[in-house]
Amino acid sequence: MIVDWQPVWLTLKLAGLTTLILLIIGTPIAWWLSRTTAWYKQTLAAIVALPLVLPPTVLGFYLLLMLGPKGVVGQLTQAMGLGTLPFTFAGLVVASVIYSMPFVIQPLQNTFESLGNRHLEVAATLGANAWDRFVTVIVPLARPGFLTAAVLSFAHTVGEFGVVLMIGGSIPGETKVLSVAIYDHVEALEYGKAHFIAGAMLLFSFLVLMILYLVNGRLNREHQP
Amino acid sequence: MTGIEVKIQKQLGEFNLAVSFEAPSRGITALFGRSGSGKTSVLRVVSGLQRAKQAVIRINDDVWQDEKQFIPTHRRPLGYVFQEASLFPHLSVRHNLEYGWRRTPVNARRIQFDDVVELIGIGPLLQRATARLSGGERQRVAIARALLTSPKLLLMDEPLSALDHGAKQTILPYLESLHDEFEIPSLYVTHDPNEVARLADYMVILDQGKVIAQGQTANLLTRLDLPLAGYDDAASLLEGLVSSHDHTYHLTWISMDCGRVAVVREDLPVGQHARVQIRARDVSLSLSAHSDTSILNILPAKVIDTHDLNPSQVLVRLELLDGQTLLSRITRRSAVALSIHEGQHLYAQVKSVALLS
Repeated sequence: MIVDWQPVWLTLKLAGLTTLILLIIGTPIAWWLSRTTAWYKQTLAAIVALPLVLPPTVLGFYLLLMLGPKGVVGQLTQAMGLGTLPFTFAGLVVASVIYSMPFVIQPLQNTFESLGNRHLEVAATLGANAWDRFVTVIVPLARPGFLTAAVLSFAHTVGEFGVVLMIGGSIPGETKVLSVAIYDHVEALEYGKAHFIAGAMLLFSFLVLMILYLVNGRLNREHQP
Repeated sequence: MTGIEVKIQKQLGEFNLAVSFEAPSRGITALFGRSGSGKTSVLRVVSGLQRAKQAVIRINDDVWQDEKQFIPTHRRPLGYVFQEASLFPHLSVRHNLEYGWRRTPVNARRIQFDDVVELIGIGPLLQRATARLSGGERQRVAIARALLTSPKLLLMDEPLSALDHGAKQTILPYLESLHDEFEIPSLYVTHDPNEVARLADYMVILDQGKVIAQGQTANLLTRLDLPLAGYDDAASLLEGLVSSHDHTYHLTWISMDCGRVAVVREDLPVGQHARVQIRARDVSLSLSAHSDTSILNILPAKVIDTHDLNPSQVLVRLELLDGQTLLSRITRRSAVALSIHEGQHLYAQVKSVALLS
């Protein structure tokens, strides 16, 4: 049986890039949500959580309209000479970032909230400025939260299907990720190949979650006083 | 300008904090009051952890906050010891100590790492994880960590209140020695009159967000209009010098200009300054100086005023020959029998004296 590795590679690239971007933009948002008392905090939290409940096709549909040639974002990207994002790898990354956002923000926000302010106050009295305090106190203490966020975001992106189908289609090497490849194989009645990929994904997902639980269990034990 | 100036006006929900005091630029100043009197809020505003729009905070020549400026906490040269030690759980003891030390500019490091470790006695703990320390050890590390920033002001928020009696007794000597080793003025929040007597040179008494009195500890402890003199453990502080040791009877004599008192023998050099605490209930009064009594310490005194504590007990405030103040608590029956009155000359018989430092 000849296995096409291209969807595997593409999937890992998409999930890795999405996770990286989400950690970078999700950390400040989660921090802000954990500390603000603004009246619109809950509104913003609800918007961030939307992808949890929306059918992926709904999300994909709106993204397709927005990013398309007549959409707001689409016209902007065209004006910048970037063309349009749907049916490109870049478009998939944008969609995945939005789709997996709650899986990064919620664990981080919960972790930040549970840390409280005392350690930050102590660090301030010891001469650390705001950035220094975040890097040397919050980041190490929130390590289990960051790990959970990264793993969930990665795994959730690997598993997405509806959004990809709506906004990416099935262009080999560009947007044909694992989940779409399985679908295509089944459509073509190639059950053997579908079995192989599906089995691999099942094993992968189990291993990822297993490692997450083991490492988090160890980190939590370390931090018990 | 020397001295510590604190003026705060802040509304905290229903609570109005309106505090103004000046503390000396050396020694420990106690912020004393019941819980809810605003002591901790004062400390938080002084440190900048809590913002107060209307506040003036000045430490000698350095203004930390006034109408024009607000220096953020991390740029104020202060040390803060919280009620719970609050050590960083992800760092070892050594790295906790180094956290502030590394962030202190090299030319501002007046206090050396090894000196503090030795003084606070935490050398054996350096490599340990913070989770493996006892409560007393944690608080000692927290004190050392604060000292290692070479602060110009040390803030301590009930550092002993979370500890059991034994741990308290091990830390008190370290706090006392801070005083002599590093000349850092301190604001020390407490609700324990014994800690005040033992540590503080100056005190500010807070009640419901207001300062109700401030002054030398020895004076405030004996003021009849303040809550301190009414405590069951009410006591006076006397200052004197170690004058001699009695090897036969195992006593140390502390002499003052108004006489001398004996304490259980302590190995202190003759001539050293000593502070003693005398409980009001351990002082009885006599109209003449008896020699046929078991009481060693008899001091001539003059009655300043009296205060009825309850229907059966009277507190008598006495002035000793050198101007120091002594409290005596006697029964009202005795007060009437001796016809205690202002200006009366008599003798204070002190049954027990505790050496504080």
